Amino acid sequence: MEDKLNEILSSYGGEKSELIPILQDIQSNYGYLPEDIIIELSNFLKMPESEIYGVATFYSQFRFTPVGKKHIMVCTGTACHVQGAPQIVAGIERHLGIKEGEVTIDLEYSLESVGCLGCCALAPCAMVNDEVESHISLKNIKRLFKRKKIKKK
Amino acid sequence: MNFDKIVKTAKKEYKSLYKSENPLILIGSATCGRSAGAALVKSVIQDELEKNNANAEIIEVGCIGLCYAEPIITIFKQGKPGIFYGNVTKKTAKEIIRSYIVEDDPLPEYALGTIGEGKIEGIPLFFDTEVLKPQVRRILRNCGIIDPKNINHYIANDGYSGFMDAIEMAPEEVIEKIKESGLRGRGGAGFPTWMKWQFCRDSGGETRYLICNADEGDPGAFMNRSLLESDPHSVLEGILIAGYVIGAKKAYIYCRAEYPLALDHLKHAIKQMREYGFLGENICGSGFNFDIEIKEGAGAFVCGEETALIASVEGKRGTPRTRPPFPTTSGLFGKPTVINNVETLASVALIMQKNPDKFAEFGTDSSKGTKTFSLVGEIERPGLIEVPLGTTLREVIFDIGGGIPGGKKFKAVQIGGPSGGCLPENFLDTPIDYDSMTMAGAIMGSGGLVIMDESTCMVEVSRYFLEFSQRESCGKCVPCRLGAKQMLDVLTDITEGKGKPEDVQLLKDLSEGIKMGSLCGLGQNTPNPVLTTLKYFENEYNAHINDDFCPALACKEFIAYRILTEECNGCRLCFKSCPVDAISGEKKQPHVIDQEKCIKCGTCIELCSGKYDAMECIPKIEMDEGK
Repeated sequence: MEDKLNEILSSYGGEKSELIPILQDIQSNYGYLPEDIIIELSNFLKMPESEIYGVATFYSQFRFTPVGKKHIMVCTGTACHVQGAPQIVAGIERHLGIKEGEVTIDLEYSLESVGCLGCCALAPCAMVNDEVESHISLKNIKRLFKRKKIKKK
Repeated sequence: MNFDKIVKTAKKEYKSLYKSENPLILIGSATCGRSAGAALVKSVIQDELEKNNANAEIIEVGCIGLCYAEPIITIFKQGKPGIFYGNVTKKTAKEIIRSYIVEDDPLPEYALGTIGEGKIEGIPLFFDTEVLKPQVRRILRNCGIIDPKNINHYIANDGYSGFMDAIEMAPEEVIEKIKESGLRGRGGAGFPTWMKWQFCRDSGGETRYLICNADEGDPGAFMNRSLLESDPHSVLEGILIAGYVIGAKKAYIYCRAEYPLALDHLKHAIKQMREYGFLGENICGSGFNFDIEIKEGAGAFVCGEETALIASVEGKRGTPRTRPPFPTTSGLFGKPTVINNVETLASVALIMQKNPDKFAEFGTDSSKGTKTFSLVGEIERPGLIEVPLGTTLREVIFDIGGGIPGGKKFKAVQIGGPSGGCLPENFLDTPIDYDSMTMAGAIMGSGGLVIMDESTCMVEVSRYFLEFSQRESCGKCVPCRLGAKQMLDVLTDITEGKGKPEDVQLLKDLSEGIKMGSLCGLGQNTPNPVLTTLKYFENEYNAHINDDFCPALACKEFIAYRILTEECNGCRLCFKSCPVDAISGEKKQPHVIDQEKCIKCGTCIELCSGKYDAMECIPKIEMDEGK
């Protein structure tokens, strides 16, 4: 774990203005911002942890808990909204059995709603990891987000 | 390095693509193309070429703007015009390759149009089609045509010639040219670009910065993304010119992390610029030193505001500060800074490549040039368009966009994002320019046009915008932080059937307070969607509050689903899909919905619609009366 962090930090000079890019690098490597890494970072930037958290919590991109293997970000931009994004979010919640912001127990999926993804012409859409899925409907949710059957008693 | 030599090589390379005996296939692979399946189409084409022992050059290009017809491919064969094919599937891709590449039958039934010299029987000229005829493609001239990852393609189409001319001139001369063109900032507020540059130059000091604002946080807008993905060098050339003029040595591009492909293309393009000597020390022997760095945004709408954006580039929380001092006097790290929008900078490159008159030949007296818009929502042909400023909303929505799908009625167009407003039908003949939009109570914004039909509830849409704005409030000033929350609560109450007659006045009072008391544009504009909907759609507010009725049949609290006994054949589709087991009935017998259990998720009606149409959405009051 330490090596990975050192590798990230080695490409930075330790300037305070580098905080956001460093946090982005950490998140893309670890999937979220782990607590112990923030402590290390605070030493590197000579900046109190509180200040780092102050910045990190301000931006919606940063997470403090891990995400699922497939991280679903449902677009809730205006075009998606008028074309049914709220129903889609609710539909995915029901299908995966989690609420927005949560991860499935098998760590397969996590769900988040985000501002505009800029793919408005093909609304409603969602980003799954780095790929955009377009024209999502209540009909194709099950096909898009396949799940192992949970055995019912 | 010798620019003439570079141009010669680039032109030769670009021309040889079209002169080659091998056909050339362009595949639209911007985010929209990809999400519609461009990668699959590409692999099918490759397989099919191999199977038939045919050779062809395949190039991934950006978006031509007809997002509704993605995936789009364009095929050029020697001595013939190029043919655009839209909505290409696995099956049609195979057919097109076999039929046109191998056997020379162009399959006119799949074609959108032809481009270039010559005509092909049965296929219209691409730029003469309904969608494109009213458009003027200036900023988007290369989009969907050139390879965004090949700097030579850009150079072969006059790229970087504007910058080469600019560095031969004194910065004041360049400013004069931009002034002549009448260019106003394309980020939304429409401030004259030359004036901003002049302020920065006048503020003295050795170090100055340029920031390209590619944050594009407005939901419903994607013009910047498309341009950066499809023609990144046009923006980068503008950055070079602006940097030279204001005397900056360094520029930052602040681009949102939600645009991974745009970021990728930008990084690639900057690398190429470096290789070609357009960045670094003593660029092209002019003595001009300049570098560009990308800063990824981290998801905060308020960072589109200049002072908040600066704080974010400095690595801080993106909160705005009071102005003055303006960024042109004291900006990034306390130094004079110019912040220009992506499209503004692309326009700068265009003005310098052509000339100011050519730029100003379109537009109105006070709004010159063309403007790109993202046309989305309930519209037949959503996509990216470019029209002269002053084009009316009706031309854009009905002529270019093809009107409202499904035979529904137009209700409103939302322009300017959450800071803008919703304009009803009687504004359809209003020209789109900075001043007319402001007069109508909306703003130009960056150019997102979201079309809403009769199934959209205007109260619910206002609630949506308020939810967005209050979530994105940075929290620094009280009117925005608490006022927006108050407004959201009131609007939520109305959409949930808990509205009170005095709420309308309360919303108006809160709006006034927030407008007057907020520190930055985000707060000041937060009430705009509510104010415009109250102005033009007050009857919808009253229907919710006084009559327990949502005219658009959109707010869950006021609707009910009902199965039409005479139409229902008992197919069980709805029964199986209902997540709360609210539907019951025997096989092949009409089903019924238990209204107490129903959560109105809409799954059943979506499945039934178009297939059996045995389900309808009715006002809840009618259902109650029916009981």
